[in-house]
Amino acid sequence: MSSSVVTRRLLAKEGDESVYEVFIGPQHPASGHMRFIVRLQGDVIVSVDPDIGWVHRTMEKLAETKESIKAIPLLERMTIIDSQNVTIGYVRALEKLLGVEPPPRAKYLRTLLSEINRIASHLYGMGLAGIFVNHSTMFMWCFGDREVWIQLAEDLTGARLTHSYSVPGGVRRDLPQGFKEKALKAIRYMEKRLEDYYRIFFNNPQVRARYEGVGVLKKSDAKRLGIVGPNLRASGVKYDARLLGDYGVYDELDFEVPTMEEGDAMARLLLRGEEIKQSMNIIRQVLDKIPDGPIMAEKYMRLVPPKLREQALKEGRIKFPGIFANLKLPKGEAVARAEMGHGEIFYHVISDGTKKPYRVRVVTPAFRNVILFRFLPPGHRFMDFPPIYGSLDYFPPEADR
Amino acid sequence: MTLDLVAALREKGFEAEDRGDVVTVRLEPGKLEEAARLAVELGFDHLASVEGVDWPQDGVIEVIYHAESYEEELRGKLLELRVKVPRDDPRLPTLIEVWPNALFLERETWDLMGVVFEGHPELRRLLMPPDWEGPPPLRKDFKVKTEGVFVNVE
Repeated sequence: MSSSVVTRRLLAKEGDESVYEVFIGPQHPASGHMRFIVRLQGDVIVSVDPDIGWVHRTMEKLAETKESIKAIPLLERMTIIDSQNVTIGYVRALEKLLGVEPPPRAKYLRTLLSEINRIASHLYGMGLAGIFVNHSTMFMWCFGDREVWIQLAEDLTGARLTHSYSVPGGVRRDLPQGFKEKALKAIRYMEKRLEDYYRIFFNNPQVRARYEGVGVLKKSDAKRLGIVGPNLRASGVKYDARLLGDYGVYDELDFEVPTMEEGDAMARLLLRGEEIKQSMNIIRQVLDKIPDGPIMAEKYMRLVPPKLREQALKEGRIKFPGIFANLKLPKGEAVARAEMGHGEIFYHVISDGTKKPYRVRVVTPAFRNVILFRFLPPGHRFMDFPPIYGSLDYFPPEADR
Repeated sequence: MTLDLVAALREKGFEAEDRGDVVTVRLEPGKLEEAARLAVELGFDHLASVEGVDWPQDGVIEVIYHAESYEEELRGKLLELRVKVPRDDPRLPTLIEVWPNALFLERETWDLMGVVFEGHPELRRLLMPPDWEGPPPLRKDFKVKTEGVFVNVE
């Protein structure tokens, strides 16, 4: 190595020394694999560039390469912690194309699992919001209590996380024996635990000092930036894709869509607590009101051979014949929106009349909320960055797809 | 309300079609920005999606914008704008001035479908790796190669 090269390395490069660049990630800095390029002036954030795509798996392309129903287990891997809500939109889009409606009992069961998933997803987000400000207890408690809801989901679907529960025309399994008692017990437990959360976390002055008043998102900005989910509702916009009445039985139930006016990081956290209460309220109503009847549309039950059909009715579990994967999607297109724990998910499915969809477009809530990393942090101190991130419940594999 | 929407669009010279949960407007690229501004005026103040659909047999890429509203009377509908651009030189004006959240949605469509949004300040890789070369992966001429369970190492 020549001496000039050595000297060049030793000398400081000319440039703007007042702005300092910090690279955070991409090796799982917080809620998943992503990178932030944070530019600081002193201790004040000038700009944040969220560099996403580290866990991109070309879901949209892969969905084009397989029979439409086989994309359900694929797409649920975007948000493994909320797999019913992430796929229900896709299933609804397929149902619109196929011209089939699920029977009432199946709709109730879908709603039930949607809300169980929503609680688990919010607990995951709240736990991370705890560890972001080094509150390990909140992290442990939330992840421990999330197990309650995961086990309920397992009882119902047979899988802890990757349920693939909703399929075009209905659901795969009926309610198991003794489920209602178990679910009510879980609700009673969670109600008690929420009080503990308020005591140790939400009303903790240390936590309040970090979360209150930072990352304020005004109502008008939240609308214009197309923010979704609890992050939108914490800014006072009463919008929830469940209100569209497109899926589930939400129009037959009595529930609130909580909103808050403050729009700061604390409001986003508190709102998730309120939503858990509402989800438990929905689960109670679903368990009381659920009607008897088939869990699969008649049109598709006829495809099952008589012997298997008898067994399916007796056991409440449907094992689909191979023909089900070969359903031809009629030519046309359909859109569907559904509310996940993180916010609204959008699907647009185009079919050219073959077994495989021609194009599947999916926009996930995390991808729509990623713009907040640009918008919220500038002007804050660097120490406010973790609470802002923690309050957004951002999930990288979902944004990257 | 729905009828109003179609009528309001027609009044400004845009042919709209109500298809249940979406109202579709088919456009020439030159009219796109005008239509987008009108959509915002009507209350569709943000985008739910920007997407490209490749139609190689027609030699076009269709870019579809789904605009959404949080207002109670509009939220059941999506306003869909569709434009077709030539496949070998797909260019459209950026709409980030009209819909600010087009920033990441357009960048993604450029990244995965190769549609150039003129005036967009940061058309650089978002989901694909920074050194990615080759056809945009969502185009139909990009074939997904699958390998068997036993990967051939010879």
